[in-house]
Amino acid sequence: MAVIAEPVAKPVSRFHFIFDRRGVFEAVLVAPAILYVLLLVGLPLLLAIYYSLSAYTIYNPTWKFVGLANFEQILQDPTFFDTLRNTFVFTFGSQLLGLVLGKFGAFLLLRPFRGRKIVRALIILPFAVPVALATIAWQWMFDSLYSVINWTLIASGILTREQAPNWLGNPHLAMLCIVIINAWRFFPFAIVIFLAGITAVPQDVIDAATVDGAGFWRRNYQIILPMILPIMAIGLIFGIVFTFTDLSIVFLLTMGGPGGATSVLGFAGFQTGIVSGDVAHGAAISLFMLPVLLVVVVFMLRFIRRREI
Amino acid sequence: MAAVLTRNIVKTFADVAAVNGISLNVPDGEFMVLLGPSGCGKTTFLRIICGLEQQTSGDLLIGGNVVNDIPPRARGVAMMFQSYGLYPHYTVRNNIAFPLRTQRVSRDEIKKKVEWASQLLGIDHLLDRRPRQLSGGERQRVALARALVREPTALLLDEPLSNLDAKLRTSARQEIKNFQQRVHLTTIHVTHDQVEAMGMGDRIAVIDHGRVRQVGTPTEIYQNPADLFVATFVGAPPMNIVTRNGGGYLGFRPENLLPRRMIEDDAATEFSFRVDRSEYLGSERIVYGVIDGYESKQPITAKLPPAHVAEDSIRPGEWHEFAVKNSALRHFDSSGRHRTRN
Repeated sequence: MAVIAEPVAKPVSRFHFIFDRRGVFEAVLVAPAILYVLLLVGLPLLLAIYYSLSAYTIYNPTWKFVGLANFEQILQDPTFFDTLRNTFVFTFGSQLLGLVLGKFGAFLLLRPFRGRKIVRALIILPFAVPVALATIAWQWMFDSLYSVINWTLIASGILTREQAPNWLGNPHLAMLCIVIINAWRFFPFAIVIFLAGITAVPQDVIDAATVDGAGFWRRNYQIILPMILPIMAIGLIFGIVFTFTDLSIVFLLTMGGPGGATSVLGFAGFQTGIVSGDVAHGAAISLFMLPVLLVVVVFMLRFIRRREI
Repeated sequence: MAAVLTRNIVKTFADVAAVNGISLNVPDGEFMVLLGPSGCGKTTFLRIICGLEQQTSGDLLIGGNVVNDIPPRARGVAMMFQSYGLYPHYTVRNNIAFPLRTQRVSRDEIKKKVEWASQLLGIDHLLDRRPRQLSGGERQRVALARALVREPTALLLDEPLSNLDAKLRTSARQEIKNFQQRVHLTTIHVTHDQVEAMGMGDRIAVIDHGRVRQVGTPTEIYQNPADLFVATFVGAPPMNIVTRNGGGYLGFRPENLLPRRMIEDDAATEFSFRVDRSEYLGSERIVYGVIDGYESKQPITAKLPPAHVAEDSIRPGEWHEFAVKNSALRHFDSSGRHRTRN
């Protein structure tokens, strides 16, 4: 009889089969990811917390501990609350607009039509275009003199030249502009999320609702929307976190202006900490994002778990 | 409750006729089964009745009214889907209440009706659960309760038993049938399972390629199939079909093909049967083989009662004298249609 495998005859080192142990093997596989998070997320976070409690500036790089003095000073600054409010308006305004556009887009793309695949590919463009290029394009569209939007409104007789709005010069309109641009960047993502969610709803469930007497609106808001809520919430968490921490659009389009009307936390932190060199105050401003984002994420994740179906 | 009547319903999908002219009359309170292989158009036909699909041509009447252009929500029919289509984010209570809420029924009335429907189906202890916490059989009952709660004009069942295991299927079959007899509800049940069709239907409509091949009681369908398709689709094993010398086909059920000595009637047709294989199934033994002098596409099967035919009396490789009573022979012409007399 042929011998296929011989049993291990002589004793081998106890480390010979070390990777056959699940615990060891798993630890080795997971280690790079943990190391990566610790070094690239954990360390900067701790550093930021420490900076915010110190008197560190680039002109006087001291590690002197000042307690919560930086935070106190920031809270006494009235423009900080404007910045905080702007951040919320910017974040939730653009997410809401993005979601509405996303839902409409998803519904339009759900029905088959000629060229749907091309449209589906093109719709991703705002997401794929570098933010700097996109913002500059938008800057021209909102320009006080050359705005193509104003030109269209005037040419179609809706406004006269005198009534044409100065998009980036008016505090409210400037906020509207950055909301629109961010929503425009976000909505392809929202479309993808909605499409994934809606196509995952079993046809039987939708048919059952139809036969049960539900019309278009009831089907959408009582059946489909609640069923895709978990996946929507995930998308929304991403959107909120990215928008809340974002400074690129503000930096490129308005520089926080006019008169601080579009200054958001990320931008203010960057201006104070990096541009002005006051690292301690910059870090303290940025850290105001932490509790807000923490609350949003915890709330959303709990919500999803509760709604799990 | 109402009768459902269709007149020459046609539905084409991109030039392919899924339903090719079905005229069917389901009287008030009847349990009608649509039986056919998958892809025969029976589900499409059902979806046309409830309004999920619009027919290309033909008329649909529910309770005597033409409802061709009436949307599903106004037709008053209820449908139970293959995978039940329960709303996963609602409790059982809200699932059952949903059809009432779409009709803007008052809160008190909804509460009363939900209790009525859930008691009727014995699921009143499950009202606060969600569908994912239910077993297959419970889900089915919830779906049935949801279908019944608004007292539909007709109940449409689209393969409702196919997601249940074999044991549960038998009891669910009983339950649906009992229930239907109790409330006397016009029911159209779609299935590809002939046992289900035979056991449940007051009448069966056998459908193939978008056309009705035969409508009749289970006995009629089984005893007097209208054509070769019905003859071979209904019955397990199917009817034996052999080519006749004078053209056309001869059909006989496996249970009618018996050893010559077991048939006392003189008016019988004899065959010389070579046994190839035999299967013991407890209550019966299925014997496969060929018949001398006749051609058949399928092996000839005979269903023998083991109590009367000893196992060692009929063994593979042997030739035996078998016969079929003449009254059990069915004649089909060369196009496959049934011929009443030879």
